Amino acid sequence: MSEDEDGGGGSAKSRGGGGAPPPFSDQVLEIVLENVLQFLSSRRDRNAASLVCRSWYRAEAQTRRELFIGNCYAVSPRRATERFRRIRAVVLKGKPRFADFGLVPINWGAHFHPWVSAMAAAYPWLEKLCLKRMSLTDGDLSLLAHSFPNFKELSLICCEGFSTAGLAVIAEKCRHLRVLDLIEDYLEDDEDEMVDWISRFPETTTCLESLGFDCVGSAVNFEALEALVTRSPALRRLRVNHHVSVDQLHRLMARAPQLTHLGTGSFGSAAAAIPQGGNNVVDLMSTFAGSKSLVCLSGFRDVAPQYLPAIHPVCANLTSLNFSYAEVSAEELIPVIRHCHNLQIFWVLDTVRDEGLQAVAATCKDLRELRVFPLDPTEDSEGSVSDVGLIAISEGCRKLRSILYFCQQMTNMAVVTMSKNCQDLVVFRLCIMGRRRPDHVTGEPMDEGFGAIVMNCKKLRRLAVSGLLTDKAFAYIGKYGKLVRTLSVAFAGNTDLALTYVLEGCTKLQKLEIRDSPFGDSALLAGLHHYYNMRFLWMSSCKLSVRGCMEVAQRLPHLVVEVIRERDEDDDHEAVEKLYMYRSLAGPRNDAPPFVEIL
Amino acid sequence: MEGGATNVSDPDNLKATELRLGLPGTDAPEKPTPANPRGSKRALLEANEEFRGKSKSPEADSNGQEAAPIAKAQVVGWPPIRSYRKNSFQSRKVEAEAAGFLVKVSMDGAPYLRKIDLKVYKGYKELKEALENLFKCFSLGELSGMEGCNNRSEYAITYEDRDGDWMLVGDVPWEMFISSCKRLRIMTGSEARGMRSSP
Repeated sequence: MSEDEDGGGGSAKSRGGGGAPPPFSDQVLEIVLENVLQFLSSRRDRNAASLVCRSWYRAEAQTRRELFIGNCYAVSPRRATERFRRIRAVVLKGKPRFADFGLVPINWGAHFHPWVSAMAAAYPWLEKLCLKRMSLTDGDLSLLAHSFPNFKELSLICCEGFSTAGLAVIAEKCRHLRVLDLIEDYLEDDEDEMVDWISRFPETTTCLESLGFDCVGSAVNFEALEALVTRSPALRRLRVNHHVSVDQLHRLMARAPQLTHLGTGSFGSAAAAIPQGGNNVVDLMSTFAGSKSLVCLSGFRDVAPQYLPAIHPVCANLTSLNFSYAEVSAEELIPVIRHCHNLQIFWVLDTVRDEGLQAVAATCKDLRELRVFPLDPTEDSEGSVSDVGLIAISEGCRKLRSILYFCQQMTNMAVVTMSKNCQDLVVFRLCIMGRRRPDHVTGEPMDEGFGAIVMNCKKLRRLAVSGLLTDKAFAYIGKYGKLVRTLSVAFAGNTDLALTYVLEGCTKLQKLEIRDSPFGDSALLAGLHHYYNMRFLWMSSCKLSVRGCMEVAQRLPHLVVEVIRERDEDDDHEAVEKLYMYRSLAGPRNDAPPFVEIL
Repeated sequence: MEGGATNVSDPDNLKATELRLGLPGTDAPEKPTPANPRGSKRALLEANEEFRGKSKSPEADSNGQEAAPIAKAQVVGWPPIRSYRKNSFQSRKVEAEAAGFLVKVSMDGAPYLRKIDLKVYKGYKELKEALENLFKCFSLGELSGMEGCNNRSEYAITYEDRDGDWMLVGDVPWEMFISSCKRLRIMTGSEARGMRSSP
């Protein structure tokens, strides 16, 4: 069962599990094999090994320690736990990415419950769990906490459905907890029902290495937090939420000078207006100077510019800086960024403007990843960064591998320049916020720019396109984007040809998400040869009909074809508003809500 | 509070006292949000977004605040920014309003709250007079609770500070008070007596 490579071999592999025990000599060979295979860590290598023969399949299944499920509906929990018996770490992903932007209705699915139930029985020695875009309840967290006595690491990314009550059980029961990372989750907390979960960690010295709760909306008990940090000598990563003030941060940092990753809470407040504010900055600066191990800074909510100099002492050591919640101008950024020679990852708001990006380009020669977010994420906002900033970055940061850039307008020339300067690009995501905006200098579509990216950036695996794009852009992508695995398309293309080019040309395509583009049934059918090789296809507000989707469902029985219909007052029952389809060994799911129809 | 002018169709100004969910300044969407016992807050935020997205014509846009040359109807989920990020800035603005100088004032027994701008007053005396005016329709008599006042009436003015503690108004210098006050509460009865009599 290979989650990523060919999904067509499913039936062959299912034979490998049961049957009569192999002869003794084979058993010895298998033990030898297991001893060798245990060193294989890459799941792709393991998937390949498992296809060699039944013996290798069994040995690999016995020695796999990390289970990666890219789509929780692609396989049933029972099947996964029956094949792999000795799993210690699980990564489980649920909803399609467009759920982050409100395109997937609430209660669509991705429930953690069946998984945690199955794992509770099958993997008593489970140590690590990472969930992304899953829906989980406090009850699920409680079951987790009670079922895995050796549990060590929990990462929840973009999940929802749980609350501080669930966190309290984790804190209390997981005595070996090393990592609790909550990243952009949505907690269900009524103001009256918040639980003081920080106080529930054991009173003794803990083995906590990483604690991140910046997405928890409610304030935590600060005294308890400070005490927890004090008795956690292994703590290296701490990310607090915006309720923690600068003064409180100061105290925490004094307790934990060994931190390598720090997420500040609020970084300056109305209190900064009070005269003592000046002294605070000096004190804070010396505290930062004492944190010699810091390599990663984030947070900076409510940043008061006069506090920024406090981080100067650590800038030279920083490899990662996240200013994407800090409304910082170019003038305020420059004194900070010019110390950051070793920066590899930089996230920032467009309030720094092109000028700020030019300063980044001048200093951060080692930059690998840049993300520029919009302060005002609407189509009509005043553009703060532009093609000028993009060109500057491309000229200064030649080692760039990954870029996410939100802007109001762009030029082909800037994108072409980047394609030539940054040959190491693996991820290129350009979001021109104005829908269907052409090159603002020439008035032409953005085809040539994106064409140059796929042509020149030979390592490109992930691409997100925007602006005015004709079918030509997609012809380029199909022709040159041979390594592209993830493609995001919005408000682009003219005809079915565009999608056809992509489906026929991008042989490594795994994840395709499309919205508001004029692609219909015939384009959909052009991908029949490839859909089993993909993790999923999402198409919303395109020109699909039930008939076309039905044909796909009939021709590809191992594909689950979901039609999501939110507004049933729509007259047109033929049109498909939202299509989500994915290969699956489990068949149609039994937890689909009423607005999901599985064809 | 939207002006006290009475509406012909709403003579008792019920709309002003109507309890609604929703961000200040928006009208609730007409269509019911998807029934969901959990995640109702998020459903509401998304319903608001969807509502804005659906209204195609400017007349249908009942927001009506920015009369700006028609902002294009916002499209759901575009630009692709996670709601976590969008809400971070939005809620900060709302919080900043509360923690800044616009604060809510509640009074025990009153059916609705008021909102005042602390920056407008020069000191405690003006604040007290303003509060008396705001709530006089409830026949409270004199408000007291600050130093130097007599013990005749049974009310105390308290405020919630940045740490979440309820403090008696009047102890700290005015400037410090307005920068740390998150909201006001006019306490009544025995609670009030307790506050005032403590040292």
